[in-house]
Amino acid sequence: MLKINNLHASVEDKAILRGINLDIKPGEVHAIMGPNGSGKSTLASVVAGKEDYEVNEGEILLDGENIDELGAEERAHKGVFLSFQYPVEIPGVSVTNFIKTAINETRKAKGLEDMPANEMLKLIREKSQMLEIDRKFLSRSLNEGFSGGEKKRNEIFQMAMLEPKLAILDETDSGLDIDALRIVANGVNKLKSKDNAVVVITHYQRLLDYIVPDHVHVLMNGKIVKSGGAELAHELEAKGYDWIKEEVNA
Amino acid sequence: MSKYTEDDLREELKTKEYEYGFYTDIESETFPNGLNEDIVRAISKKKEEPEWMTEWRLEAFRIWQDMTEPDWPNVNYEKPDFQAISYYSAPNSKPKYDSLDEVDPELLATFEKLGISLDEQKKLAGVAMDVVVDSVSVATTFKKTLAEKGIIFMSISEAIQEHPELVKKYLGTVVPQKDNFYAALNSAVFSDGSFCYIPKGVKCPMELSTYFRINQAGTGQFERTLVVADEGSYVSYLEGCTAPSRDENQLHAAVVELIALEDAEIKYSTVQNWYPGNSEGKGGVYNFVTKRGLCETNAKISWTQVETGSAVTWKYPSCVLKGDNAVGEFYSIAVTNNFQQADTGTKMIHLGKNTKSTIISKGISAGKSQNSYRGLVQISPRAENARNFSQCDSLLMGNECGAHTFPYIEAKNKSAQIEHEATTSKIGEDQIFYCNQRGIDTEKAIALIVNGFSKEVLNKLPMEFAVEAQKLLEISLEGSVG
Repeated sequence: MLKINNLHASVEDKAILRGINLDIKPGEVHAIMGPNGSGKSTLASVVAGKEDYEVNEGEILLDGENIDELGAEERAHKGVFLSFQYPVEIPGVSVTNFIKTAINETRKAKGLEDMPANEMLKLIREKSQMLEIDRKFLSRSLNEGFSGGEKKRNEIFQMAMLEPKLAILDETDSGLDIDALRIVANGVNKLKSKDNAVVVITHYQRLLDYIVPDHVHVLMNGKIVKSGGAELAHELEAKGYDWIKEEVNA
Repeated sequence: MSKYTEDDLREELKTKEYEYGFYTDIESETFPNGLNEDIVRAISKKKEEPEWMTEWRLEAFRIWQDMTEPDWPNVNYEKPDFQAISYYSAPNSKPKYDSLDEVDPELLATFEKLGISLDEQKKLAGVAMDVVVDSVSVATTFKKTLAEKGIIFMSISEAIQEHPELVKKYLGTVVPQKDNFYAALNSAVFSDGSFCYIPKGVKCPMELSTYFRINQAGTGQFERTLVVADEGSYVSYLEGCTAPSRDENQLHAAVVELIALEDAEIKYSTVQNWYPGNSEGKGGVYNFVTKRGLCETNAKISWTQVETGSAVTWKYPSCVLKGDNAVGEFYSIAVTNNFQQADTGTKMIHLGKNTKSTIISKGISAGKSQNSYRGLVQISPRAENARNFSQCDSLLMGNECGAHTFPYIEAKNKSAQIEHEATTSKIGEDQIFYCNQRGIDTEKAIALIVNGFSKEVLNKLPMEFAVEAQKLLEISLEGSVG
C-alpha cells in the first residue's frame, strides 16, 4: 500500500531523512520507534505532504502511484491520515463543523455529493460512542482548551470518521492517561481491517501493548537501522536504544 | 442557511475579480460638478422640498464651508476635490410602481446580477425593500402591509413630503449638521435615503431592508437614513450594498440616525461590499459615514456590521445611552485586503444610570491593507453603575498587513465597570496544514478559520444576511494566502 524507496528529505537544507525504505501492506500495523530527533515526526509529515520539507531523493508510492507531487489535501483525499502530535486549535470552528467540512471536501474531490445530514449525524453518534466522547465535546471549538487527552481522542475520532486507507499516528500516546490510552487504542483496533494499514510512531512500548504491531522499525539519524517483530519493541523497552547504536556503529 | 450550499460557495470562489463590477446604463439626470448655495437650492427644489428643509440644508452648507476634512483617522488617501463631484443624480423617470412588472427591466437585471431579485426577496425572506439606486428610491415594496401596522417605511424624500412633522422633529437630533465635516456635507446635499417610523408598542413584523448602490461615474452618494422607534416598539433594519467597479474614486458620505424612545429596540445590520479598488490599490469607494443612535430610558440599540468593501473606510456606529438602563451594542467584522484601509469602531456614550454597552470587534487584515479599530467608551459623571465590555480581536494574514487598536476610555463616575480584552493572532501555516491534511484545501481552510474567528458577530446577523456575509468574507479574502 505504502512503499517508500530511499527517501531523503531536508528542512532548510538540513538533511533529516537519509534514505528511508519501508514497505507497508494492507492489513498491517507498523511501529516506528526511535530516540528524540531521529526523524520520526519528519517522516510522518513528509508522507502527509507538509510543504516545509523538501524531498531530495527517493519516492513515496501509495498503491503504486508516486504521490511526491501531490498537495497535502490531495493525499488526504487518497486516504492518507495523520494523527498529529500537536493538533492545532481553530477557534470558533466546532469539532462537528470541522469534520463535516473535511468529509464533504473529501467527497467532493471524489465527485460525490455532500453526505446527507442525517447520515452524518448517525456516523458522528456512532463514532463518538465508540471513542466514549461526550456529545457536548463535539460542539466545542476545535482543540481550543482541550486537554492533551481530549486532543488525541479527537484526532482518533476524526480518523474514525474519515476511515483512511493509511493512518499514521504520531505520538498519539503522549499526554494520555492509561484509561484514555486504552480507549484510543481500542478505537484504532476497531478501525483496523484487512484493507487499511496503520503506522504507529511512538517512543514507548506502552501503546504497543494495545495496538500490536506486525513490524517494528527503529529510526535513528534519519535511517531505519533495525526492523523486527513485536518482540523488538519489548527489547527496546527493556534495554533502551544504546545497544542498537552500538550495533550500528560496530 | 439551507439556501446556500457549498457548491454556491465554490462558484463564488472562482470569481477572482470583484464580482459585482458591472455598470447599468440607466439614463440619468446629473447635475454639473461643483457645490455652492445654488446647487444646494437646486437639489432641494428638484425634490420639491418645503422651505424649512431648504433652509436646513443651506445652514448645513454654510457650516460645512468653514470646516476642514478630518485627518486623525489612520488612513492615507488623496483628499477628494469637492468641486469636481456632481451632487445630484437620479434615474430619469421616477414613477412609483405598484408592481415590479412596471420597473425598468434593466434595473431588474441589475438586481438579478446582484442576486437580490426583488421578486425572490419578497417571497423568500418576507423582506420589504426600499431600493435606492443612485440617489432616488425607485421601488418600494410591502409598504401596504407595513401601513396596516402604522409603520412608515419610505424614502426620506417622500417622508419630507408626507410626514414633515416627524422628519422635522427628529432629523439632525442625533447627528447635528455641525457634527463633523462629512455629516455637514451630507446634511447640505443628501439626495435620498430611507425613513422609518415604528409607532408606539408596534413590533415590526419583518426585517426592513435597503440595498444601496452607487451607479453614476463621479457621483457622490449622500444617503440619509432616519429610523425612529417610538415607545415600546421594535424594528430590525438591514442595510446592504454593492457597487460597480470603476477607476476614479467614488465618495460616499452617509448619515444614519437612529432614535429609540423609551423601551424601544432597534437592531441595525449592515453588510457593506463596495468596490475596494483593484489589487494594485487603484480605484475604490471612499466611505465616510456617520452613524449614531440615541437610546432613551430602557431602550436598546444594536449595531451589527460586516465591512468588506471600500478603499477607505471611516465609520463609527455609535450609541448615546441617554436614558437610564439603556443598552448599546456594537458587533463588527471589518475585512481589509490588498490596499484597503479601514478605521472603524464605535462610541458608547453612557449618560444614564445603569446603562450597559457591549463592543465586539473582529478585524481581519490581509494583503497590504491596514485595519484599525478605534473606539470610545465614555462614562459621564451622572451615569451611576454604567458597564461596558469591549473585545477587539485582530486576525492577520501574511506579513505585509497591519492591525491597529485605539481604545479610548473616559470614566467620570467611580461606579463604572469597564472591561477591555484584545487579541491579535495570525492564520498559521500549521493551521492550514492541519486542514489540508484532513482534505480541506487552503482556500476553504482560510474560509473556515475566518468564519470561526468571526462567528460571534455573524451569529448576530439575521439569517439571510449571515449567509451573504459569510460568502462575502470568503470572496474578500480569496487568494490572500498562498
